[in-house]
Amino acid sequence: MPLLTVTNVSKTYHLDRVEVSALSEVSLEVRPLCFTVLSGASGSGKTTLLNLIGGLDRPDQGEIVLNGSALGKLSDDARSDFRLRHIGFIFQNFNLLPVLNAYENIEYPLRLTRTRPSVRTKRVRDLLEAVGLTGHARHLPGQLSGGQRQRVAIARALATSPQLVLADEPTANLDSHTGDAIIGLMRAMQRDFQTSFVFSSHDPKVLAEADDAVLLRDGRIVSFTRKSEAEQAR
Amino acid sequence: MNTLSLAFRNLLRNRRRSFATVLAMVIGGVCILLFGGYVQNIIFGMQTGYVQGGGHLQLQHRDYFLFGSGDPTAYGIADYQQVIDVVRHDPVLAPMLTVVTPTLQFGGIGGNFAAGASLTVMAIGEVTEDQNAMHTWNDYHFPDPPETMALTGTSVDSVVIGAGVARLLQLCTPLKVAGCPTPPARAPADGPPLPRDVGLLVAGDAAQDAAAVQDPTELELLAATTSGAPNVARLKVIKAEAQGVKAFDDAYIGMHLPEAQRLLYGSGAPEVTAIVLQLHHTSQIPAAAARMRELLATSLRDRPLAVYDFGTLNPYYGQTIALFNAIFGFIAILIGAIVLFTVSNTMNAAVVERTVEIGTLRAIGLRRGGIRALFVSEGLLLGTLGAVAGVAVALGLAALINHSGLTWTPPGRVNPIGLHVRVWGEARLLLGTAITLTLVAVVSAWWPARRAARLEVVEALRHV
Repeated sequence: MPLLTVTNVSKTYHLDRVEVSALSEVSLEVRPLCFTVLSGASGSGKTTLLNLIGGLDRPDQGEIVLNGSALGKLSDDARSDFRLRHIGFIFQNFNLLPVLNAYENIEYPLRLTRTRPSVRTKRVRDLLEAVGLTGHARHLPGQLSGGQRQRVAIARALATSPQLVLADEPTANLDSHTGDAIIGLMRAMQRDFQTSFVFSSHDPKVLAEADDAVLLRDGRIVSFTRKSEAEQAR
Repeated sequence: MNTLSLAFRNLLRNRRRSFATVLAMVIGGVCILLFGGYVQNIIFGMQTGYVQGGGHLQLQHRDYFLFGSGDPTAYGIADYQQVIDVVRHDPVLAPMLTVVTPTLQFGGIGGNFAAGASLTVMAIGEVTEDQNAMHTWNDYHFPDPPETMALTGTSVDSVVIGAGVARLLQLCTPLKVAGCPTPPARAPADGPPLPRDVGLLVAGDAAQDAAAVQDPTELELLAATTSGAPNVARLKVIKAEAQGVKAFDDAYIGMHLPEAQRLLYGSGAPEVTAIVLQLHHTSQIPAAAARMRELLATSLRDRPLAVYDFGTLNPYYGQTIALFNAIFGFIAILIGAIVLFTVSNTMNAAVVERTVEIGTLRAIGLRRGGIRALFVSEGLLLGTLGAVAGVAVALGLAALINHSGLTWTPPGRVNPIGLHVRVWGEARLLLGTAITLTLVAVVSAWWPARRAARLEVVEALRHV
């Protein structure tokens, strides 16, 4: 049973008086515990699709069902709550809260879910250790390198143990060496924390890591590549 | 990381802007508090003056207040001592009273025949000891010592007159009144000379009058008795005191009550025009007035009396309070508007600067209400900081002003008094200002907070 089902989803943006079709009748299924990459040129609709999957935006038509919940039928508050508990986000520009240190940034979603302090502390420490930043817990984002910030962002995205983590060009603002490390980390985290990742990228190295690769062009899916189970096991 | 803690850290991000906003609120708060304290002091000062001079309540003939000034003897209180006894021994009123004293106010003509000058005067007969006791009332703790009446310990025919009366009756020189101009010499009247026999008679009367006036500080006071017949008293002026208000200064004669009664009632039963009741505290006026009305309806029901508070008897007091309240309100609204726009501007800038952050928080799962609460909390913190700092600075400045030795002469007074700003201990003023400033800051933040909460997540994340 798929974790995520996208059925006939379309989205049009209005720029001044011009209508721009960002997605056109896109359908997609994402399996649980998989590493799915959305690829395509700039303007192909990757970010739009990620935003719709993440419940940050509403499709003009079609339906998105994540873990049995149709996102389009949820109210704004219900979608916020759904995101908090079921979806993690990793952004191209890291988007950490600058007034919170690494520990607090990871802890923040757990505070929103009113997790007990003892559970919260353990979870944050585990995540900090998993991303290799135990020694940087009290550092503010401004005191961390780009790679370290993205590690904090990955830890934050996994804080509430979501079923799905969405990442929009997570390595775009990193040098290739750091980007490779981040991809490796995300892959490891996806396996260790038993979750699914969907992210956009046009980096060939990222595509090589993907279990499923979706190629978008002009708002439509033009190809879908799935690794065999044997390849996945490797 | 609760909302308030996060809001506080956000305020520290742009310290200069936050400081400028708080500073604007502090300046606004200080202005409101200092002016409020100054107004409060004026109002308390006026109230103290009225209560020291005329008590909190007065019992008068029920028509005296409206019609009595033209014919006081027609609206007097007969057998007033019995009324005073009832009031003094009433178990409800007695604990509230400090002084109960009679007064007699009437109009007449004052004359200095030696100088050929006369004028219409307003005389007040009072019990000196009671008035001195009333002058010790100081419920608002003014530093000035109580004034003792100049009539204290003087003979019954002694009077104190207004400086204007001294000027008009040409008594300034013998009374040694400083800064008192003498009237210009009048040109002799034109016309034919008097017949010889009339001239001799006038000259003889003048010589007789001059010989009769022994003391240059004496004056004659002519008043109508209860029967309408004129009566004259020769009175000894012991002092001229400026009264602050020119109309009053040009007519005032203060005298001992027995002498005033002798002038108006002769050998008849003396009456008074008012019985003055001074209370321990102004806040007791409603209770005392209510009890007084009960007495007037029961044990004093055969008396055509009414009770008035000092505010009714002195409309200028209420008008002054209304004026100052209007000015205070205008200033408070003006400052409130400045604070509102300052905080609103700060919060609007914060929303613009933190648009991506708002998108991130919403993406993570913070509801619109959470975003609104975050920015309103920042406004609340700014307001609280500004209000607390404003109160602290105002208290410090007020203490400095109060100990600076600065003086001023308020309207209606003659002598300068210490400039005092009554802020310390004025809980209503302090709390009212602090709470209002905080509320204004919260309201100012609410609109930008609403705008932030309504941002579309995707648009916010895309913001550059």
